[in-house]
Amino acid sequence: MGWSTKLKLPNPGLDERILSHAQLEKLEVEEAGERPKWDNKAQYMLTCVGFCVGLGNVWRFPYLCQSHGGGAFMIPFLILLVLEGIPLLHLEFAIGQRLRKGSMDVWRTINPYMMGVGLASMCVSLLVSLYYNTIIAWVLWYFFNSFQEPLPWSQCPVNANRSGFEQECERSSPVDYFWYRKTLNITTDIDQTGGLQWWMVLCLISAWAVLYVCCIRGIETTGKAVYVTSTLPYVVLTIFLIRGLTLKGSVSGLVFLFTPDLNELANPATWLDAGAQVFYSFSLAFGGLISFSSYNSIHNNCEQDAVIISIINAFTSVFAATVIYTIIGFRATQRFDDCLGGNILTLLNTFDLPEGNITESNYDLALESLNATNPDIVNRLNLQTCDLNTFLTEGVEGTGLAFIVFTEAITKMPLAPLWSVLFFVMLFCLGLSSMFGNIEGVLTPLQDLKIFPKSWTKEAISGVTCLLCCCIGLIFVQGSGNYWLALFDSFAGSIPLLITGFCEMVGVVYVYGMDRFNEDLVFMIGHKPNIFWQATWRVISPLIMLVIFLFYFVTTISKEFFYIAWDPESAKFPTLEQKPYPTWIYVIIFILAGIPSLAVPGAAIFRALWKRCCKI
Amino acid sequence: MWTVWTVWMVWMVCLVPTTSEALCTEDDGYKVRLSIKTALGGDAYEWNESEMFFFKATLAFAMRTYSGGEQYDVSNILVCDETLRVSFVFVVTKPSNTSELVPRTEVENAIKKSRHRINSAFLLTDQTLDFVGINPTLAAPIQYDTPPWLIAFGVVMGLVCAGIVALLVSTFLNKKRSKKSADEEEAGRGNGILCESIRGKDGLFNQGLVDDDRLTKL
Repeated sequence: MGWSTKLKLPNPGLDERILSHAQLEKLEVEEAGERPKWDNKAQYMLTCVGFCVGLGNVWRFPYLCQSHGGGAFMIPFLILLVLEGIPLLHLEFAIGQRLRKGSMDVWRTINPYMMGVGLASMCVSLLVSLYYNTIIAWVLWYFFNSFQEPLPWSQCPVNANRSGFEQECERSSPVDYFWYRKTLNITTDIDQTGGLQWWMVLCLISAWAVLYVCCIRGIETTGKAVYVTSTLPYVVLTIFLIRGLTLKGSVSGLVFLFTPDLNELANPATWLDAGAQVFYSFSLAFGGLISFSSYNSIHNNCEQDAVIISIINAFTSVFAATVIYTIIGFRATQRFDDCLGGNILTLLNTFDLPEGNITESNYDLALESLNATNPDIVNRLNLQTCDLNTFLTEGVEGTGLAFIVFTEAITKMPLAPLWSVLFFVMLFCLGLSSMFGNIEGVLTPLQDLKIFPKSWTKEAISGVTCLLCCCIGLIFVQGSGNYWLALFDSFAGSIPLLITGFCEMVGVVYVYGMDRFNEDLVFMIGHKPNIFWQATWRVISPLIMLVIFLFYFVTTISKEFFYIAWDPESAKFPTLEQKPYPTWIYVIIFILAGIPSLAVPGAAIFRALWKRCCKI
Repeated sequence: MWTVWTVWMVWMVCLVPTTSEALCTEDDGYKVRLSIKTALGGDAYEWNESEMFFFKATLAFAMRTYSGGEQYDVSNILVCDETLRVSFVFVVTKPSNTSELVPRTEVENAIKKSRHRINSAFLLTDQTLDFVGINPTLAAPIQYDTPPWLIAFGVVMGLVCAGIVALLVSTFLNKKRSKKSADEEEAGRGNGILCESIRGKDGLFNQGLVDDDRLTKL
């Protein structure tokens, strides 16, 4: 296409920085070069699937699906998957496989002024690794606590003189109490640190230790670990699906999840959330995927890989949503039954009616007749309104889903410790396999930047990195740790990634050159990418990225900065209270979101200035 | 004489029930609620006169146990306000003087002491055999010598540390082994070309005979 060559930005010296096709062929055939390689294709696929499929598929996608019109959400999700997710994925795989370098070096090779993109990727990977492993530490804590009957979060602890239950637990619920008090020991606001919680420190150390043992020699050890961490979640999800479908009320959960509300498609927030979910779900712009595909053989069919992994990711999201909502339907039905049972008992006791006079089926009729005869007595009883839909919509995303809603549902199942162990093993594997990619996005650029001395072995480098991250991660295991984690999650893992993703596309298409990229793909996989890839890479995907980024930026800037806190003294307890952030938080937010984002233009400006000053 | 005695008997017969009725109030006694169908479902038994007799006997037993042998009898337990809910009010009279009531607090303590026995007699629980106003004492929490989570943590950390040590040791041994074989190869070097590198290759590598199948199989 003539117009594409005109749109290429000048990029002198590119040929000297990259290996030519002939050199690559020679490298492949002679099997020379010190770059590590995958033992087989399965390891590579499982690692990529593990990186993409993470906790977000389990606790973010089902919530989005349910809150944006159920089955109708699939439409924007699938459309944006095809137009945004698959092209970006293919791009990252192809560029990594072609240039055979880690994420930092890839951008330095394409153009030294683009090194900022690599730096941004590394910063984001580092910040995300820090807090992501804390979530894994929480999962481990629940896992360790699952080996007892009854589960510690199934009942409130008794108070000192055995006359009743702990006040805080009595006012909220056993699962809330276990999460906020026994696990996090949370403070009332972000200013109070609350000190280090020793049990969480132990769990954090074990999380980093497990990560270290799996990443100790790079993909040599990671490639073996993914056989378990990437496949076990699917086994557990299937077991839970079968268990869930046999529970009472599971079908109402599924109906609630998938009932389409096509009006939601007119809501721009639906499309925005779908686009953001696709982008974050694929773990794009972290740099990990580029590193992983750089270890492939040169003629690996990256196009096929991208399509397969995207399909697997979408399928996993829907599958996990189904499983989660069978269990949520069960829990909601249990709560509804308890609520109704309580009301029935109150009525029986007040009017001294024989048992069995009022049942679930004739509750409404009975209440009406009693209200007609004795309205004042009935009013004084303050009966609760029991609505199944209210229970189904209760707080079901993020850590709230895993550690509060789901754990409560598990306590109501027979053989609760078994289900608890299985669930948390699944969450652990999902999180750990994503951490492999995050850590890869940190270690490879560190090696490319030659920060560590050459004499240091791979084991030493990964050991030092894990140790440093563990120490910095101690901020998340203090009393106020959860508030810090929410802060990191909102700011470190959002805006910078969108910017980096956009710059990646622009960099490859317009700086590296679409013609050269097409030729590379012909060389690698044997045929030129068809019109779909051309259109999405050049125009459609960057446009979608830009729109999502602008929307995100505008909403983040314009919204009030609140965080939700667990405050037993607040009037609305146990509902979480909204508190404004203190002013010094803005510095932290700038460090989290601003520095990686500004690294992209910053590195270019720095390099331009350095060249100019050296020429003088 | 005989007339006086008859009048006195009639007066006693008429008064005693009213006296006992006057004694049996919720302020002086306790209201009991039984939820038999909730507790036992299909195996629920019918609440009848015999069951009420059994209940009175159980309460008398509780009073005897608490008071340390005082001869409480079924006739000392007075019941009234029976409803279809299966709820009623009971009071306890002293065995020495049937018109005097045992104080409420004593009755409460007696029931608390034998609560488990009373529950088991009727196959019910603290929630389904409800003495209105007497809260059940909560069971003591299970005390572990070592919290179970520490044991699980210890097992996992032990395995992980063993793994780390094993991998580091194997790396160290591999390095030593490769260093040793490098020293041996140094001795066996001819004109600078290692023997191993020539062994595999027979002649020039012909690019034209490269395998057509370039796509890596899954």
